[in-house]
Amino acid sequence: MADASSSSHGDLKLTRVSKAFGDFTAVDDLTLTIPEGSFFALLGPSGCGKTTTLRMIAGLEEPTAGSIYIGDTDITTKKPYQRPVNTVFQNYALFPHLSIYENVAFGLRRRGVKDVKEQVEKVLKLVELPHLADRKPTQLSGGQQQRIALARAIVNRPALLLLDEPLGALDLKLRRQMQIELKWIQTEVGLTFVHVTHDQEEAMTMADTIAVMNEGRIEQMGSPAELYESPRTAFVANFLGQSNLIRGEVSSSDADRSVVEVHGQKIAVLKSRNTAEGKSILIGIRPEKIRITLPGDPCIGNVLTGGIVSDVSFVGVSTQYVVEMPWKQDLMVFEQNDGGTPTLRPGDPVSLSWNPPFTFGLDGSEDVNAGSEVDDPA
Amino acid sequence: MAFLQSAVTRAGSFTGKKGRLPYLLLLPGMLWLFTFFVLPIINLAGTSTQTPVVGGDVGQYVQTFRLANYIDAFNVARPQFARSFIYAFLATILALAISYPLAYAIAFRAGKLKNLLLVLVVAPFFTSFLLRTVAWKQILGEQGFVVPTLRSLHIIGQNTSLTASALAVVTGMTYNFLPFMTLPLYASLERIDPRTLEASNDLYANGITTFRKVTFPLSMPGVVAGTLLTFIPAAGDYVNAAILGNPNTTMIGNVIDSRFFNIVDYPTAAALSFMLMAAILILVTIYIRKSGTDELV
Repeated sequence: MADASSSSHGDLKLTRVSKAFGDFTAVDDLTLTIPEGSFFALLGPSGCGKTTTLRMIAGLEEPTAGSIYIGDTDITTKKPYQRPVNTVFQNYALFPHLSIYENVAFGLRRRGVKDVKEQVEKVLKLVELPHLADRKPTQLSGGQQQRIALARAIVNRPALLLLDEPLGALDLKLRRQMQIELKWIQTEVGLTFVHVTHDQEEAMTMADTIAVMNEGRIEQMGSPAELYESPRTAFVANFLGQSNLIRGEVSSSDADRSVVEVHGQKIAVLKSRNTAEGKSILIGIRPEKIRITLPGDPCIGNVLTGGIVSDVSFVGVSTQYVVEMPWKQDLMVFEQNDGGTPTLRPGDPVSLSWNPPFTFGLDGSEDVNAGSEVDDPA
Repeated sequence: MAFLQSAVTRAGSFTGKKGRLPYLLLLPGMLWLFTFFVLPIINLAGTSTQTPVVGGDVGQYVQTFRLANYIDAFNVARPQFARSFIYAFLATILALAISYPLAYAIAFRAGKLKNLLLVLVVAPFFTSFLLRTVAWKQILGEQGFVVPTLRSLHIIGQNTSLTASALAVVTGMTYNFLPFMTLPLYASLERIDPRTLEASNDLYANGITTFRKVTFPLSMPGVVAGTLLTFIPAAGDYVNAAILGNPNTTMIGNVIDSRFFNIVDYPTAAALSFMLMAAILILVTIYIRKSGTDELV
């Protein structure tokens, strides 16, 4: 355990990892590589297996099958205290009987580090709470406890820092502030962060790479922009932000684009952004990409006509419209309040249009609503 | 205006009621304590400084405020005092050694059996204290299963018996006060957030270190409460010594008992009672100060 920080740095590799609790498979044949030094987010609704994955990396659960490596070191069966991995627990799990100083020093003392005082003071300065060293955890606010939990983990300079919904217990404003701080600290200390969250905005704000998990599997992995702009499953399209998904049939294709017939209207989709293999396809378009115009006004690109505004809500920076299409599907449209859109009221007939490259195509067998009814557990 | 006036008086009377309420709630308890604790204590203090009426009958005493009674009483019962605290200390240590693993298992490992095990811990209370102690005499007696078993295993000699001994008194007290140790221990162990134990594991502490540095310190309130709840009644106990002991294992409780009811020496008995209370109070205060659990509770 003394060599925890000296050896085994490198990428984290999970190979065909599964975890079953009785009949329930929490994590199903997961293979994943997290590059050293990255800020990686495991994103998914509650019960998707993300926390179980994290606990297996920490050693708090043993995988039913598969292996976990850090660099060239197999850590699959190592005890938590033998792994160069530290965790920031949900609700922090600070030691209530120890002072803040002793909480932070805990890991250093167990490893027999010499300059405990110096290191603790340094990390307390990093989280900007050096004046609280003598307090007890219960005397701290939630945000302060969160920072101490982080300090207690990073002071050990682990190969890997695991964060289990670290901001879940904080209020919205503090959460925003801590997101920025966490990201800054990660850059500062240069450790690999693996962050588990159900909050897509949090994941997108902080992570370099996000893996979206659902039912024990990874749905899609990539940069936040990649996942948002080119979701490959309906679950990802709906779980990260909002999407309009419309059923259609591919009617013709050329080298780089397909034309899709959607309820009698024609929509173009780039082949590079289309994951549908057969003719049946789901057309996807993000609400903020759509322009809303009165019928007869000039519009270019992909156009859907015959909509009726059924709901208008003003949210400050934008106005959100619900438009009912002739085939009885409601589509969401977000318009910037920049004066470029006519004032519309429920009942007004409208046309919707957007730049064809914004369109993405999903396989027609996907469930249109997958990932959209997931309740926020927090 | 009139409306406002009445609203104000109503509000006033309301807060007035609220101000008196805590005292009203305290009243029954205070009355009870005064009648059955404070008054008898004053009475006992008086008795402890009385002297026999010159030329009077046995049991006739007069108030003379003779403080030397305390010194006399102490000299009479010095060995019993020592024995009381030694036995109580041993019983407390034994009870702690037995209860801690038990409470730990119930709190962390029992799963569905948790409630059943807790009921079993409390189950002895369904029988009277006296009966249990008499039963303990049977268990340790020649006809019980313990003595023949220990003899056949050559752990005790063929002529050694277990009853009427210091060992019987201490084991009897250990048994009788075990639930008082187990329940507070269980309560404080059960309150420990298992994630703090995981955090300790995560921070390079193995099982033993986690127990030493996290579990045990966090269970200190239970340890303190349990040891007090065992030690205090054990130090004043006389039933175990009377039923399970012999004339050489008498405790201070037995002396007080016999001075009050057999010899009718009220002043000595009262003085001994006071000294026992004072000794326990001092020990307990030092103990709580030393263990420093006040901020954990």
